[in-house]
Amino acid sequence: MSELYERIVLERVKRPRHAGRPAQFDARGQGANRLCGDKVSIYVTRAGMQLHHESEGCAIMVASADLMVDATTGKTAADIHALAQAFAEVVTTGTENPALGELNALAGVFEFPSRIGCATLPWRALEEALQNV
Amino acid sequence: MSTTLQTFDTAALREDFPILKEKVHGKDLVFLDSAASAQKPRVVIDAMVHVMEAQYANVHRGLHYMSEKTSDAYEAVRDKVAAFINAGSRDEIVFTRNATESINLVAYTWGRSALKPGDVVAVTEMEHHANLVPWQMLRDAHGTELRIIKITDAGEIDWNSLEEVFADGRVKLLAVTQMSNVLGTYTPVERLAKFAHAHGAKILIDGCQAVVHRQIDVRAMDADFFVFSGHKLYGPTGIGALYAKAEILADMPPFLGGGDMIASVSYAKSSWAKPPHRFEAGTPAIIETIGLGAAIDYVSAIGLPAIAAHEQALTEHALAVLPNIEGLRILGTAQDRGGVISFVMKDAHAHDIATLLDRQGIAVRAGHHCAEPLMGRLGVTSTARASFALYTTLEEIDALAKGLERVRKIFA
Ligand SMILES: Cc1ncc(COP(=O)(O)O)c(C=O)c1O
Repeated sequence: MSELYERIVLERVKRPRHAGRPAQFDARGQGANRLCGDKVSIYVTRAGMQLHHESEGCAIMVASADLMVDATTGKTAADIHALAQAFAEVVTTGTENPALGELNALAGVFEFPSRIGCATLPWRALEEALQNV
Repeated sequence: MSTTLQTFDTAALREDFPILKEKVHGKDLVFLDSAASAQKPRVVIDAMVHVMEAQYANVHRGLHYMSEKTSDAYEAVRDKVAAFINAGSRDEIVFTRNATESINLVAYTWGRSALKPGDVVAVTEMEHHANLVPWQMLRDAHGTELRIIKITDAGEIDWNSLEEVFADGRVKLLAVTQMSNVLGTYTPVERLAKFAHAHGAKILIDGCQAVVHRQIDVRAMDADFFVFSGHKLYGPTGIGALYAKAEILADMPPFLGGGDMIASVSYAKSSWAKPPHRFEAGTPAIIETIGLGAAIDYVSAIGLPAIAAHEQALTEHALAVLPNIEGLRILGTAQDRGGVISFVMKDAHAHDIATLLDRQGIAVRAGHHCAEPLMGRLGVTSTARASFALYTTLEEIDALAKGLERVRKIFA
């Protein structure tokens, strides 16, 4: 069975660390996958770039959102943009990037071309949120 | 195992389908997605190759040997389709690309000529988008009304809702599936046709799923329109059919304009060919049509009653085995149902189920199955779906159950 589901991914799905809508936030970005009904909202709180996600969907998307928040909290918009690109590279090629730390847990998604969009959906929502800040 | 399954030689039939020998991720292919599109037997593949190698030319145009031969082969399939669904005449069979195009053809031509603004088209909550969106488009373009007949929690047509929708006498068309591609429910089409006719409405039956599993008799069911796609019936993509009663077709204006659909053409005015050619503009899917003919011959030789009995045994087995998996819920409990089974699992999203099964070589569909409003009615955003065909085995259903058990453990 795929190691993708056995690594960190499921841990994050069962016990997400950053799930939920914060009481106050400065911007929100949303992503939806029309095909499978996945939905994600990313909330940005400007002070120190605090992020939260509200996700409803498959394990890959939910885990990706939770790991993304870890990787991006406190970063600048420019850093985040670079991370998003590096992450997209990892999930489309399957080649891990040492600079990405735990995000590499999703590298295995490249084996499932139809699921790459699930992994990148929270990142697209985050980019949208940053434009709204 | 039932006696039917013993007399139905699945192992031998599987030999007819070259793709079933393929491996997926190093595992035997367990193909449980035939409701989306069925695999093709060797005879269909060979028939299509043969046309291209030995008797190909455009149809209805050439006065030469190859064209005449190809036209004969092409038109012979019209007879096969007519016989297969027991149409009264070959001229009641219009070739289209698929069921979707057949329904759009009816909505566009019959809908805009026979229906008046304010007339009502009624569909059910369990239609495929193909039998919903064309009627929305007609509503928006032509001013007809669209009404939705409810289904019960079991996934059957809610007869009270049907009567309510018809109560003011304005319904002029009931467009309904004969078998749900999500719930597997068969609808009582003969009864529905009687009901529609008694209320002054015509009935269009979406036979896309049903035609694969049951003997169709459009005259016995008294269908005004009946549509299906070749690719679900073990035939190729790109060919489908529309059956309509001759007197209805006679009054329908053309759909697309061009070659083959005309009687005569001048700059001032053109006149239309008689049905069915009036509705077949341009060079048709010649090779695919001949492939469909081979598929119909193949299915007919095995016999739909035998196929139906085989699939019924598979369905009963699946309905007995799958609910044993903790947290798995099958959607729909219709009395009369076939081998299309949608389910959800606690904690595991349908797409994760499909991906994890795929790694074990098992192909199921996951998503909204082109029935988004039905997903809403069922209170889910997507489901996983296993569907059976004449080549499906009991062992494959056991493999599915085993695979799902592993999925459950991963998410437990
Ligand atoms: C019930 C039903 N109607 C219509 C369709 C549309 O068929 P096609 O895409 O071949 O036009 C399908 C296919 O998924 C179906 O299952």
